[in-house]
Amino acid sequence: MSGAAYPVGVSARDVAHERAPVRSSEPAGAYQHLVVAAPAIAALARPGQFVAATVGGATSGMLLRRSFSIHAVDPDAGTVEVVVAAHAAGTTWITERRIDDVLDLVGPLGQAFPLPDGGGAAVLVGGGYGSAPLFWLAQVLRQRGVHVEIVLGAASADRLFGVALAAEVADAVDVTTDDGSAGTRGWVSDVLPEVLARSGATDVYACGPMAMLRAVTEAASAAGAAAHVAVEEAMACGVGVCMTCVMPVIGADGRTRMVRACLDGPVFDGDRVRWDAFGDGLCRVPDDAVGAPQAGGH
Amino acid sequence: MVDLSTTLAGATLPNPLMTASGCAANGKELHRFFDISRLGAFVTKTVMPAPRSGRGTPRMAETPSGMLNSIGLQGPGIDAFADEDLPWLASVGARVLASIAGGTPDEFAQVATRLLSSPAAASVSGIEVNISCPNVASRGLVFAIDPLASAAVIAAVRAAVPAHLPVFAKLSPDVTDLVTIASACLGAGADGLTLINTTLGMAIDLDRMRPHLGGITGGLSGPAIRPIAVRAIWQVRAAMFAERIPTAPIIGVGGVASGRDALELAAAGASAIQVGTATFNDPEAPVRVLDELAGLLDERGYAAFADVVAAAHPERRRQ
Ligand SMILES: Cc1cc2nc3c(=O)[nH]c(=O)nc-3n(C[C@H](O)[C@H](O)[C@H](O)COP(=O)(O)O)c2cc1C
Ligand code: FES
Repeated sequence: MSGAAYPVGVSARDVAHERAPVRSSEPAGAYQHLVVAAPAIAALARPGQFVAATVGGATSGMLLRRSFSIHAVDPDAGTVEVVVAAHAAGTTWITERRIDDVLDLVGPLGQAFPLPDGGGAAVLVGGGYGSAPLFWLAQVLRQRGVHVEIVLGAASADRLFGVALAAEVADAVDVTTDDGSAGTRGWVSDVLPEVLARSGATDVYACGPMAMLRAVTEAASAAGAAAHVAVEEAMACGVGVCMTCVMPVIGADGRTRMVRACLDGPVFDGDRVRWDAFGDGLCRVPDDAVGAPQAGGH
Repeated sequence: MVDLSTTLAGATLPNPLMTASGCAANGKELHRFFDISRLGAFVTKTVMPAPRSGRGTPRMAETPSGMLNSIGLQGPGIDAFADEDLPWLASVGARVLASIAGGTPDEFAQVATRLLSSPAAASVSGIEVNISCPNVASRGLVFAIDPLASAAVIAAVRAAVPAHLPVFAKLSPDVTDLVTIASACLGAGADGLTLINTTLGMAIDLDRMRPHLGGITGGLSGPAIRPIAVRAIWQVRAAMFAERIPTAPIIGVGGVASGRDALELAAAGASAIQVGTATFNDPEAPVRVLDELAGLLDERGYAAFADVVAAAHPERRRQ
């Protein structure tokens, strides 16, 4: 049975490690949309979770996994879909995989988007390919009777992902681009207050760059809505063992800790994230974080 | 069936494979992928007296066949470790090699004492002393570069730990003469040595024209450093054969990603093998390497893992 997905290792009830043959790979604007056969992951995944893939093949000198939020799953067909932006050599290798080439995937990983009990309205905001998990989320929300609006933003039209798909799964769609090549010229945060006001949304779900997630959180707070943000942190392992993906988040006890985005996230309550610590491509440890370096100490 | 058991200073383990400190958290995360009690021992993340946030990010940079990290010894502190992490490890039947550190020799001893006051202390098969951490008395230079500072730490830990429990000193390769440091640690009461910790490296973010890592420099690990590990193990084992230093077990670590890599470290002189960075690529790497090693030994007609330890040394080949 060549080309079939099969598990690599022992898998617990909530995670799997699979060799996943590529079923299709198509360009989608500036990105590549891959469908792979990974039945164990497809059966377990929920919107907001991600998969981590090795890159470069068995003799690769690139050791670290690359993480991708799950765009869609089909548990019956046993398939998982991801949207990949070719940032550098590793992600480019993934976009170059063809049908029957195999990806080594671990997943589903991380915390899913929290779902409301039902009814009400939600706004889903995606920056660039960060919109990938939102369409599946929209479908799940609408099954629960939630009114769903989607806002997609990117630098330019080719960097938007899923505009047509959004129209199929949402009650309303807004598009922004920095250069005005599609939709409203500007940022998602320019249109968000109006979308929130007209929809009366109680929940905002967002995925994209840190600066956008911060702006979305601020707009949501101003409108009295809860922000659920999925971060795109650099992750070396995706499974919680390397401690490279940490970010400062306020816990239930009110104290800030450097927590693992791959394990405690990628979805966080926006108002729990210490946005003040991020800037210029760096994230500092806030002085009041548990175990923060003390002057004269470590 | 090959006899995979190995004896480390009186502690007999069912097989020589271990996780590497800081590359496996404290067990729960990997236990989702394989039963961690299958390992010869589970090596825990270095624990210090108090909780530590570690450094800001980026903390990691991928490099050819390796990576740089500047985690900064993030951890919950010894109280939480002794009360929560260690009992969990004991509950799943793991044999624990507990990695400890401190800013002064006294702090190391306090951590060891507190560790052994845990209700789960019986699960501790040994203590790995991470001397590659900043020495408060020498403005952040690590203990591991100085034979006297290294010996002071080992002596303090040895005094705090019952004699039956082996103490391993984990050494840094970033020294002029590794044998001198090994000698100082064994002289101060270490029962064995773990070779090697990461080697210092650096990467520059050319777009922002500044150091890539928040910590500026970082520890290099992964297959890129395997030849350094093989060299370090070889040099120290050769000094033991030459009777320049007492003979003691060596735990090898550095760049192991396959059974063949593990065999190479063993042949250089390692009685046990840790798998670190390879776990980030493959969460089952430690047990996969174990299975591959068992297969290789069988293929080559070895009856026991012990037969390949230091097998590449002329002193062993003459026997
Ligand atoms: C992310 C990371 C964190 C580490 N943390 C520790 C640590 O807390 N204590 C320690 O003794 N070694 C630590 N190490 C070093 C490893 O235990 C090991 O000695 C080194 O990485 C070489 O082995 P490898 O090439 O198999 O990773 C760390 C290594 C990495 C990559
Ligand atoms: S990516 Fe390794 S701990 Fe999160």
